[in-house]
Amino acid sequence: MTAEAPLMEAPLVEARGLHTWFELRQWGFLRVGAVRAVDDVSFTLARGEAVAFVGESGCGKSSLVRTLLGLHRPTAGEVRCEGRDLASLGGAELKAWRARVGYVQQDPFGALPPFLDVRRILAEPLKVHGVGDRAERERRIRAALEEVRLTPVEEFLGKFPHMLSGGQQQRVVIARALILEPALVIADEPVSMLDASVRVEILELLRGIQRQRGLTLAFVTHDLATVRHYAERILVLYAGKVVESAPVEALLDAPEHPYTRALLGVLSDPDAANATRQREVPPGEPPSLITPPSGCRFHPRCARAIAGRCEVEAPPEIATAPARRVACWLFDEPAPPAP
Amino acid sequence: MATTTTGVAAGEALLRVEALALHYRTRQGAVRAVDGLTFDVKRGEALVVLGESGCGKSSLARALMRLHPRNLAHHGGRVWLGETLISELSDERFRREVQWSRLALVMQASMNALNPVVKVGEQVAEPLRELKRWPRRRALERAAEVFQRVGLPLDFMARYPFELSGGMRQRAVLAMALVAEPELVILDEPTSALDVLTQAAIMNVLKEIKRDQGTSFILITHDVATSSELADRVALMYAGELVETCSAERFFTAPAHPYSRMLMESVPRLHERRRPRAIAGQPPSLLDPPGGCRFAARCPARFARCAESPPAFVPETADGAGAGVEPGGEPGVGGEVSSEVRESRHRVRCWLHATGREETP
Repeated sequence: MTAEAPLMEAPLVEARGLHTWFELRQWGFLRVGAVRAVDDVSFTLARGEAVAFVGESGCGKSSLVRTLLGLHRPTAGEVRCEGRDLASLGGAELKAWRARVGYVQQDPFGALPPFLDVRRILAEPLKVHGVGDRAERERRIRAALEEVRLTPVEEFLGKFPHMLSGGQQQRVVIARALILEPALVIADEPVSMLDASVRVEILELLRGIQRQRGLTLAFVTHDLATVRHYAERILVLYAGKVVESAPVEALLDAPEHPYTRALLGVLSDPDAANATRQREVPPGEPPSLITPPSGCRFHPRCARAIAGRCEVEAPPEIATAPARRVACWLFDEPAPPAP
Repeated sequence: MATTTTGVAAGEALLRVEALALHYRTRQGAVRAVDGLTFDVKRGEALVVLGESGCGKSSLARALMRLHPRNLAHHGGRVWLGETLISELSDERFRREVQWSRLALVMQASMNALNPVVKVGEQVAEPLRELKRWPRRRALERAAEVFQRVGLPLDFMARYPFELSGGMRQRAVLAMALVAEPELVILDEPTSALDVLTQAAIMNVLKEIKRDQGTSFILITHDVATSSELADRVALMYAGELVETCSAERFFTAPAHPYSRMLMESVPRLHERRRPRAIAGQPPSLLDPPGGCRFAARCPARFARCAESPPAFVPETADGAGAGVEPGGEPGVGGEVSSEVRESRHRVRCWLHATGREETP
């Protein structure tokens, strides 16, 4: 699409020291602070991998993926897409990049225009990017519906969003995200608005398409229990920072950061014994992103905080195993303490 | 204990519901959101009502609380709370004697329904002033007790809802439901909008209240894992009907109804490598539900009879453990096997579990 061939050896997406802050102003001009939604975050997304961004609401995960989409301009740091800085891309190049990224929103009903039928919803991105003639577009629309298993296709082409169930709506959203054959699909809590029984179907669908097409999938979720089968790597975010990143199995089986451990400690598989078990919950609540705590942002809630260190200096990301990093002073020892 | 006219010992079952129905009027016809539910909740027990969205779980809460929308088409069935047949009370008596004082409801997303211009403490105390005519000072004192109960700092009483986080507001709504010391609290998706840690903290509070005060709960949710944090018993709804009720232990390990089994298999497990399995298909329309079993179209075990006639909601027998006796048995019923069989609390609506039965509805 662009004259310059993408550098195949560069990761698909690379975030370096990314900051996305939202300025707070009083009376429209007085700067009174900033919401530090994403605060010095670095990671890479390799081609063909599925990565889950996990965190509680308000931890900055949506701001992070919206920055990757180019919807927010980073305050500092950069997002490199196929080796090129997203902020340096001009209009046509940015448009070309956007065609390479599919976006699956959280609320499918809100994401679909109510007055367009499925055919027109799916034709829209093709028209915007000038893909094909009418016949070619129709062919691709049908292929996309087949791919998300809204079949028989004829039955769905003329339907409006309100005539579809939540799961079907989300399939239309996924079809729309895929129709330009993107290299990267970003899904922001793709199943949190759907029923438990439908969730698995949608996640299986996304994962299946991701594997088949070899595309990169970045999905945001607050539900660690669903992650195991649908991603290879997890990044855990807390208060605008990545606190731990690791391969899925390693993280779920042996979490390192005290915050990740707390999260996994309150989750359970259905069991009648849960009803009599009090869960250990760290005291307090996630901090304000306007005035985050000094040092490690989890230290006020952390039972293992090291006095004189954790509240003073923010921990660096420490490699504890291949492809595994944790931002915690507990691991800044020659031999990490037994958990 | 006195015995009611229906022959069930009062004091054992706190809430008894028989053939509860709630139908809505729409342009296309009547939507049978709650279509003949029969179940009971014992004192100090937590019943979890599970089901997909649109299965009628929230309508069940509305039917019990008599919060009827304007397009109500039909409201039927009988409901006993303790020894009172509350379904026969006039609206005014129901409001004065039952609603909130004996039977409270925490609605879905109700943390966003707090009055933004009234201090939280005043709002929590309001039911006492309205329903019991308590003076302000006394009502606020009681509100302070409940604040501590649900883990809210006392200085939050003088704050406005916008000054509280979502989790704190949810605690305030819970405090409001508990302030008049109701016997039964209905929680409709009380934590689904909250983060996992906040969710766990609130479930901790509910467990404490249940243990220390013996309050009974009906927890309505679609989240199987969270439901196990409180459940003594589980009732699974499908398309406006109950398909299975049994002990939590039984439901989470070996439920009887095919839908229950598939639902359990669809739950992602944190500590197991087994992949969750989706339930293909969609629930039927409640405008014109199928004549036979409502789950038949999605059921892998269906046979001819399933589509022909609806199965009755009967005690479970197929597992050979004796009619309806749950593993381990119900506490406190030793020796009364015959009544346990008759009053069996493990019920299933499925032809697979009705072998040898002639009772068709």
